[in-house]
Amino acid sequence: MKIAVASGKGGTGKTTVSLALALTAPGKVSLLDCDVEEPNGDIFLHLENIKEENVFVPVPHVDEQKCIRCGKCSEICQFNAIVFFKTPPMIFKELCHSCGGCSKVCPSSAIIEKDHKIGVVIAGNDKNIEFFQGKMDVGVAMAPPVIKKVLSKINDADFNVIDAPPGTSCSMISAVKDSDYTIIVTEPTPFGFNDMKIAVETVKKLSVDFGIIINKADTDYLETEKYCQDNKIEILMKIPNDVNIAKAYSKGTPLTEAMPEYKTKFVQLWSRINDKMGKK
Amino acid sequence: MKLAVTTTGKDMGAPFESRFGRAPGFIVYDLDNETFEAIDNSMNLNAVQGAGIQAAMNIVKSGATALITGHCGPKAFQVLSQAGIQIYNTEAQTVAQAIEFFVAGKLAPLQSPDVGGHW
Repeated sequence: MKIAVASGKGGTGKTTVSLALALTAPGKVSLLDCDVEEPNGDIFLHLENIKEENVFVPVPHVDEQKCIRCGKCSEICQFNAIVFFKTPPMIFKELCHSCGGCSKVCPSSAIIEKDHKIGVVIAGNDKNIEFFQGKMDVGVAMAPPVIKKVLSKINDADFNVIDAPPGTSCSMISAVKDSDYTIIVTEPTPFGFNDMKIAVETVKKLSVDFGIIINKADTDYLETEKYCQDNKIEILMKIPNDVNIAKAYSKGTPLTEAMPEYKTKFVQLWSRINDKMGKK
Repeated sequence: MKLAVTTTGKDMGAPFESRFGRAPGFIVYDLDNETFEAIDNSMNLNAVQGAGIQAAMNIVKSGATALITGHCGPKAFQVLSQAGIQIYNTEAQTVAQAIEFFVAGKLAPLQSPDVGGHW
């Protein structure tokens, strides 16, 4: 089973919820930290057997001897990554989306694709949690290839918790689209509510079943709940705006360890999601 | 020689635009014949990425050998330098004024990008 934890707005509690899920899973579990621009799941775990694997994408290189200066590679590139004006083409590999179009249209086979490192996947384990974390290299703009590499570590027989990146762009979609269930973590503020609605629309389009966790829940801002009721969206849990939760987080202590009553709540959440999946 | 100037308009009196990659257009002025041509760059206003690179290619295609703009980032600078195009920056009000500054020798060529990408 694959559960993704997404949010829309950043800083609503994706990592808090992901860790709580991983620490209360009803069996063997993998936690996949796909927030590759700023991953932090490792801070809360005591990882052992840490291994690092490079992530590469293919980018074009020009053989200047073979190049006939036709410019076809530059014409086909939709990402402005190849510049051509009579001299051999200039390649901006950080803009390349690795589609391979340039090497396909090159009439003189002057373009060869070479591996370009864009990040790493760090693997380790904390007792029965298998942890995988994607980390983009500094200056790299494209997250999806790193996320895909992290998700390639999923073992379908186990429970998998995917800590998604914030937002609703390609990165979030890469992390969420193949999940069996997505939890959208939000906070009851106008900003949190606005981004939650966009996340809800995105997850609906991806045809992924989902529910909401309202974090920092005890404010008088009621739009979030009203929206969920009006649209028949399930609110799975409300986590109060408790300073003790923030204190534990700042020390790198997971919620379920700092406040054991949450252990029960998350165990119940697992069985609720299990039931939902069973009915399908 | 031909001189390209970034602008939001289509003639010599049009406002000078300080952005390069996402400038709506360019006036390419022919110093020898005192004629000009308006070049559209609007396709790059909403480019997801690489606006500076694409705009630089538009300058190369126009035949201009010098560019007057407000700022120039690293990728555009690389392309323009490779193509042998000199870049000058100024804070002129109009296209005509920018050209006036150039002709009067008030502008010095940029030796390196003056802003980072996505400034």
